Amino acid sequence: MTEIRIKEKEIVVPGEVLAVGMEVLPGTGTYRMNDKIIAGRLGLAAIDGRTIKLIPLSGRYTPKKNDVIICKVIDVNFSGWRLDTNSAYSAMLSMKDATSDFIQRGADLTQYFDLGEYLVCGIVNVTSQKLIDVTMKGPGLRKLRGGRIIQVDSHKVPRIIGKQGSMVSMIKNETACNIVVGQNGLIWIDGQPEQELAAIRTIRKIEKESHLSGLTEKIKEYLAGNKGE
Amino acid sequence: MTYSKRLDNRGFEETRPIEAKVGIIPNADGSAYFKIGNTWAYAAVYGPRNLHPKFLQDPQKGILRCNYNMMPFSSSNERVRPGGSRRSKEISMVTEKALLPVLDLKEYPNSVVDVFIELPQTEAGSRCAGICAASMALADAGLLMKDLVAAVSVGKVGSKLLVDLDYTEESYPDADVADIPVAMTPNLNQVTLLQMDGKVKKEDISKLLDMAKKTCMNIYELQKNALKEKYKADSQ
Repeated sequence: MTEIRIKEKEIVVPGEVLAVGMEVLPGTGTYRMNDKIIAGRLGLAAIDGRTIKLIPLSGRYTPKKNDVIICKVIDVNFSGWRLDTNSAYSAMLSMKDATSDFIQRGADLTQYFDLGEYLVCGIVNVTSQKLIDVTMKGPGLRKLRGGRIIQVDSHKVPRIIGKQGSMVSMIKNETACNIVVGQNGLIWIDGQPEQELAAIRTIRKIEKESHLSGLTEKIKEYLAGNKGE
Repeated sequence: MTYSKRLDNRGFEETRPIEAKVGIIPNADGSAYFKIGNTWAYAAVYGPRNLHPKFLQDPQKGILRCNYNMMPFSSSNERVRPGGSRRSKEISMVTEKALLPVLDLKEYPNSVVDVFIELPQTEAGSRCAGICAASMALADAGLLMKDLVAAVSVGKVGSKLLVDLDYTEESYPDADVADIPVAMTPNLNQVTLLQMDGKVKKEDISKLLDMAKKTCMNIYELQKNALKEKYKADSQ
């Protein structure tokens, strides 16, 4: 006999029994003990057919393959660059993934990317030991010049981007700023100083109200009201 | 004077008033406070983050580092000297061991999770309050955990068995006192901390552990509610 003890979209805490019975399967963030399925982290319960999984609500960014992230150059060595990914692990950008230019052996790599510069890059691979390989080859992957970087909760990034990028393109249009949102929670904004601030205010508002439905409409109104300032 | 009634009129199996809240330190990855009577514990979790020096890294799993600290004028008697002491080092260590069984750090090799427990105000039972706060803060930090950890001290003053001793009871002058801090995982039903100070009979120990278990279940409910309170908005 299977009994599901939680409702869809309910907040659960570690150790909470989600379901009893062998017909349901444990998804990500949950584990099975005997016939029980138990929450293995804090999250939002999601019932997907026969499996129960948890959607994380908090915590540091965990690097995932194919994510596009914003990184900071923290070290330069013989064969490439070491980048800070805003997670527990740094990423490696090798010379061949950085540029299609021919680089002379022993050349000074800082002329391509210098310490402290920010890059938009894509994660190629993450190993079990959390070694991260990134690339700069791909659409939209580049060095960031000017503008400013802000940090947001990486779990709120999908909300900030919106469906098919609807939210972020709305902010771009309304504030005439260039914006790049990294999956790791770093956001680059470049535009007129007042407009940059308006964009930051808007992003902070989205972050705070990410749980509300119909957020795109609300933000549209907010941006329209902000224009006069 | 024989001990026949609690000095603050509590029932023998009643704790001091408890208040718990999650998400109190914006810069931390997870944070919580746990106040039991006049013992206040604030916990902040940072990480998983890069661990240095490198020789401390474990390629199999992340490590947990706890730091228990009583603030200089936190206790009602002598001033606590700032910085670590033999006592704080020991409590940091037992806190770590009380929390490790529920944490799954295999997902974070070579990294560290730092837990800082600060006590601005103490009146007995501080390690238990610290463990309660830390376990909520770890859950708030989104770490993989099998269960929460709830802790309380139980003990014996004279011939009475009681829960959550305060300072007057812990240092009761005219009777034998035993003070036993216990930490438990409410769902997995394991004991993760068991220390003892004083003398107590074998029969009493099992009774005291039953009392501790009952109280830990109540504390767990409070911890659970505090965690859900913070994220309530997200479930709408």
